[in-house]
Amino acid sequence: MAKKGLMARKEQRAAYLFLSPWLFGLAAFWIIPIIASIALSLSEYNIITSPHFVGLENYREMLFDDRTFWVSIRVTLKFMVLSVPLYLVCGLILSLLLNLKIRGINFFRTIFFLPSVLSGVAVAVLWVALLNPDVGAVHELLRNLGMSDPPRWLDSPTWAVPSVVLVGLWGIGGGAIIYLSGLQNISAQLYEAALLDGAGPWQRFRYVTLPMLTPTLLFVLITGLIDAFQVFDLAYVLSRGGNQGIGDSLQFYLINLWNEAFQNGRYGYASALSWVLVLAAAAVILIIFRTSGRWVYYEYDPERGR
Amino acid sequence: MKTIEAPERTPAPPELEPVSNAGRYRRRRISHKVLMYGLLLGLCAFILLPVGWMLTAALKPDLEPVFTPTPEWFPTKFWEWSNFHRVLTESMPFLRYSINTTIIVVANIIGVLISCSLVGFAFARLRFRGSKVLFYILIVTMLIPWQALMVPQFLFFVKLGWYGTYLPLIVPSFTGTAFFIFLIRQYMRTIPKDLDDAARVDGLNSWQIFWRIILPLSTPVLTVCAVFTFLWNWNNLLGPLIYLDSDEKFTVAMGLANLVTVSDTPWNLTMAANLITILPCVIVYFFVQKKLIGGIASVGLKG
Repeated sequence: MAKKGLMARKEQRAAYLFLSPWLFGLAAFWIIPIIASIALSLSEYNIITSPHFVGLENYREMLFDDRTFWVSIRVTLKFMVLSVPLYLVCGLILSLLLNLKIRGINFFRTIFFLPSVLSGVAVAVLWVALLNPDVGAVHELLRNLGMSDPPRWLDSPTWAVPSVVLVGLWGIGGGAIIYLSGLQNISAQLYEAALLDGAGPWQRFRYVTLPMLTPTLLFVLITGLIDAFQVFDLAYVLSRGGNQGIGDSLQFYLINLWNEAFQNGRYGYASALSWVLVLAAAAVILIIFRTSGRWVYYEYDPERGR
Repeated sequence: MKTIEAPERTPAPPELEPVSNAGRYRRRRISHKVLMYGLLLGLCAFILLPVGWMLTAALKPDLEPVFTPTPEWFPTKFWEWSNFHRVLTESMPFLRYSINTTIIVVANIIGVLISCSLVGFAFARLRFRGSKVLFYILIVTMLIPWQALMVPQFLFFVKLGWYGTYLPLIVPSFTGTAFFIFLIRQYMRTIPKDLDDAARVDGLNSWQIFWRIILPLSTPVLTVCAVFTFLWNWNNLLGPLIYLDSDEKFTVAMGLANLVTVSDTPWNLTMAANLITILPCVIVYFFVQKKLIGGIASVGLKG
């Protein structure tokens, strides 16, 4: 008995030694910044003079006096509404194509996943050129196809956000990898059973593939929504250096936060913006999880039985 | 979950002659195959043509316009390879940027491999008080976007006098990255527990079990972590943008962004710089793509 206790104690001591780098990082790079960030969000601070407590003034200003904040919310929501469903559906369709058992499929998979390993900056720089509103390749292509007046893409307040969505679509293969692994985890027996029951291709997709894929869809939906809050590289380059685009059309949430902190030196106000970001992300995760019970199907759900 | 409603397919009327039915079935299968290949090739063009355009533009001499009334998707006439040389050393310091980025990348890979394997091992194989609570904290830090903490972290590093150095971009990796710890833990849990028990009977301590048994068996997941660390740091823009202040310390991502945002660089050189930036990622991708895709698939998505 005593020996077992000694072994367990030894193991516990070893465990905390193994954990020590992370525990140190947790304190230094998470807990201290979180506390500092709460304090900062309640003060005015420009790094030169010492912080000055202002209570909830930053939050009040944000909600009632800061037009830019609301513009950034609108731009981010616009991007979210356009991109999340589009990427969800396109990623799913692409993964169904890449799951086909036909010759050369590995070659196609290699090509489609390629853009997702490239830097956001490189992709954005490439598309700045392609989307040039007067001479860019996309413009010329659309004109050659007979469109007399193609959109002005990044130079148009209406088309700027759709342009970012389009550029993101180029890297859709990254999302398709996740679907693909979900698809490959679906047991072949289910399809065989469906075939025996006389299910056609659409019915097999609707009643086997789609329900079995709902946990993957949940994951992609949540990461997609959170990613929308974090658009930076693309918007930074496409707006030529965080200039928010024509008429603030690329004033994404993180671009605004970055500008307030590192261009305007308003660290207190930027901390308040950060907290709104965390709360928004947390709210999204909670809402999605709350509603997920209605449409996500888990194979081994004890309540539903299986 | 809404799906696009496709019209229900009505079952084909029963055929009287089974022979013609088989022929029809085969024809339908062939046309189905042609359609699928057509779709895949079309999508391939959507991915590859922009890359081809980039190469075409990068190989053009200075006086030749990169924008043409009919877009040129493949290099045909001009092969100005010296553009790459100019970008690397002469008119732009992309060689310098590449070396800088490599320093950051290598330091991060070392940091991630050391710290995340240690912490992942503790979470996967050791029993200790508070393991559940600490694991929940790990998951929470994985979900919080790090950008939310970039302001206080920045002020913290400025206080330490680390502004303008690589330290803020390197040191945090030595304390572990939640996502990689999670990945390694998931992997190490799949190694049979009997191995540990047998080793303990033989008198090995936790460190020896980690170093001699578990770590050698975990190379696949460690490779995945190293590759992800490489890609994230090579491509990272926001971090260097916040912490680096002088041109000779810049990374490739920053240098490339500056070509478009700060200076008005000719497009042929910009595209050459762009290709230099993406080339290491493409090479690494081709070497490890199987492992990388498997690695993403191995992340438990059932939660």
